[in-house]
Amino acid sequence: MNDTATATQPKGNGLVGLIPVGIALLLFGWFLSLAPAVAEGQSLRLVWDWVPSLGIAMSFLLDGLSLTFALLISGIGALVLLYSNTYLAGHPQFARFALFLTSFMLAMLGLVLADNLIGLFVFWELTTITSYLLIGFGHDTAKGRRSALQALFVTGAGALALLAGFILLGFSMGSFELSEILAQADALKAHEMYLPILILILAGTFTKSAQFPFHFWLPNAMAAPTPVSAFLHSATMVKAGVYLMARMHPGMAGTDVWFWTLTIAGAFTAVFASILALRQTDLKQALAYTTLMALGTLTLFLGQTSGYAMTAFATFLVVHSLYKASLFLVVGCIDHSTGTREADVLGGLGRVMPVTAFAAGLAALSMAGFPPFLGFIGKELKYAGILAIGSEPFLFAAALLLANALMFAIAGIVALRPFWQRTGIALPRKPHEAPWTMLAGPVILAILGALFGVYPDLLQTSLVDPTVKSLLGSIEDSKELKLWAGVNMPLIMSIATVALGITLYLAHKRLRPALGRLVDASPQFDKGWDKFLLGLKRFAAWQTRIIQPGILRRYIFATFATVLVAIGGTMIARQAMPTLPDLSDVTFQNIALVVLISAGAILTALTSSRIAAMAALGVVGIGVAMIFIVFSAPDVAITQLLVETLVVVLVAVALLRLPVLDENGRDHRPLDAILAGAIGLSVTLVLLAVLETPLDLRLTEYFEVTSWPEAFGRNIVNVILVDFRALDTFGEIAVVVIAALSAYALLRTTHPRKDP
Amino acid sequence: MEALLAITIGVLVATSVYLMLARNVLRFIFGLVLISNAANLIIFVSGRLTAGAPPLIPEGADGPVGDVANALPQALVLTAIVIGFGLFAFALVLMFRAYTTLGTLYSDDMRIAEPRTEDTT
Repeated sequence: MNDTATATQPKGNGLVGLIPVGIALLLFGWFLSLAPAVAEGQSLRLVWDWVPSLGIAMSFLLDGLSLTFALLISGIGALVLLYSNTYLAGHPQFARFALFLTSFMLAMLGLVLADNLIGLFVFWELTTITSYLLIGFGHDTAKGRRSALQALFVTGAGALALLAGFILLGFSMGSFELSEILAQADALKAHEMYLPILILILAGTFTKSAQFPFHFWLPNAMAAPTPVSAFLHSATMVKAGVYLMARMHPGMAGTDVWFWTLTIAGAFTAVFASILALRQTDLKQALAYTTLMALGTLTLFLGQTSGYAMTAFATFLVVHSLYKASLFLVVGCIDHSTGTREADVLGGLGRVMPVTAFAAGLAALSMAGFPPFLGFIGKELKYAGILAIGSEPFLFAAALLLANALMFAIAGIVALRPFWQRTGIALPRKPHEAPWTMLAGPVILAILGALFGVYPDLLQTSLVDPTVKSLLGSIEDSKELKLWAGVNMPLIMSIATVALGITLYLAHKRLRPALGRLVDASPQFDKGWDKFLLGLKRFAAWQTRIIQPGILRRYIFATFATVLVAIGGTMIARQAMPTLPDLSDVTFQNIALVVLISAGAILTALTSSRIAAMAALGVVGIGVAMIFIVFSAPDVAITQLLVETLVVVLVAVALLRLPVLDENGRDHRPLDAILAGAIGLSVTLVLLAVLETPLDLRLTEYFEVTSWPEAFGRNIVNVILVDFRALDTFGEIAVVVIAALSAYALLRTTHPRKDP
Repeated sequence: MEALLAITIGVLVATSVYLMLARNVLRFIFGLVLISNAANLIIFVSGRLTAGAPPLIPEGADGPVGDVANALPQALVLTAIVIGFGLFAFALVLMFRAYTTLGTLYSDDMRIAEPRTEDTT
């Protein structure tokens, strides 16, 4: 594990360790003080403008659902932070750890309190990032890095879908405020965008809450230090997806798509995960899979709309957080104390660690669903809720029964055997009882599970009823939490669960090889993930080879092809084809000039003789200069002649030292010729189209009338260059100087080449 | 006449694109010279053509007398020609330097920055 400190010398981490605990406690106290108001049915709203121009506000809403989550987050957060202060005592990077964990807690609180879709998304991503950092806290191992990256990719990809879903939702409903969107539930359900929105949002929640087939990242996330697993990957973060589904429930639930998607995904995940859980020998892995099972169950209930299902959801949410966080922390104590988490090695710890054993026992009894624990009430409600399902209740009830029985068996494996079985195998370390800071969390949480079981009213009025009200809109549908509801179907199913659970517990060692074969035969998502990443890398390499071959010609080709599509496509799309041009004013002299230029250009392009190309270039240049002369631009013509002469001279000088043009064979490129011809044609067409439009001469007229009165020049072109646009000319001179200096620098360092 | 020049410009652009796509960077430079010329002509023609009337102001007048050629595109083209020459000169020297250092004029073989190591194609 990551803890380097030996337990014999538990050092604190000073203020760094205690401040986060204080923050969490203060928040917990604050939320607790708001609980009575929320229980009376109020909901508190707080709004700050954030990006008003986009209609995005930092708005927060506290109702029953948010409050339940906020209390779980801050309460369990305080205990986990206190716990990790000892668990990671003396760890060189404890300060970093405390910062990550505290940031996560605050982000998570923001997530469950946000009332604005964009705000919610931002907090959602903050939990993704802090989770990544926490899973990768042991970044010196390859496994830690892989797990962290996998969690980031899976949940991050889901978050992108979620963002798209949110934006679609916001624009469809005309508001980014959740409370406003959910108020018009019927309009949302009837909206044509309902299905895309649902799919995108569920993609986000299913990845976050690790529903099948995105479940594989969660067990790997157990690479994180145990307090992190307890906090993020069982009690809080993975429930963010569940939270969001619950939050959207009033607005989106009730349709067939919602019902079938959530019910099937939830039920399948629950059964699938609990079967896998039985196979694990690592206590933490076993708990990780039962967390998947719990998330599946919660999703299953959110698929429904009955009062029983919602009460079951609200109750099981609290039950699970209490016992699961407690058990994770217990496993952390065992690991910390003995140095191992292997179920087959551990045994007989009950005498040495009585308090841990006590907490583990209470939590496990709640998990297994024994009366009088809250887990029992939760289980009864789950059965009542599942029997209220509209279609196929017995199929889903059977699935739930199997999952619960498996959970029963795992509760025994995790919480009983390490403490009471005799293995006779030597432990890596001599066990000892954990210090009180590490026991506080599991003991308090486990006792709460028992307390709420005996006094269910406490939970009913403070959390369950307000949560159900958030989900269904009224408090009447909330069902009563009670230990004894008479002999009914749920009780019979409970008895069946216990019987099946005991059988599975006793047989689990014999079942493991068979389960192993079953799992090996089924598709391996974790390995599939590796293959997917490998494929992605190969695809990236392949497309890089295609798009960036390092061959200059292909880049130029792509550039020109883009130009062609842009120009030609625009012309066709805008129907801007020019009319047939009028060539009546053409004189013989003009034709001669044009033929000269065209012939020179074509010769330059086709010849393989350097001298011919150079001469043809000169012909084009002189031809262009003559056009300038004919059409009243003497200054331009003079410059052109001068420049063309220099061009030819420079090329000639360079050619003295350069090889012939086609030393590697003939230059024959039909494809390039087609592209070149098409571009030339489109340029001609564009120019003809431009010439058909009227010419705006205001600037020219301004220069004509001001040239003499204001600048005292009679050559208007010269006046523009040296007076009106003198700064441009100065820039032009600078360009030429820079080119000359660069050329000089290049030539000066010329020396015989040394390396090939 | 503008229409005829538009066709000529099309020929110039086509030949210069063809040259710039060549393997030999010397041909690319030829293409560069031609495309500069084409661009200058485009600016010039866009301002419409006037034969035999340079934009000058005769002695004693405050402005040009009668219809004279459009002065604005001429000023722009003058600047463009000089800058185009600067670009050409630098490109020529760069190519020359590349040849003396790399021993080839073929851009496909200039692979100092991205050597053909994992290139399987």
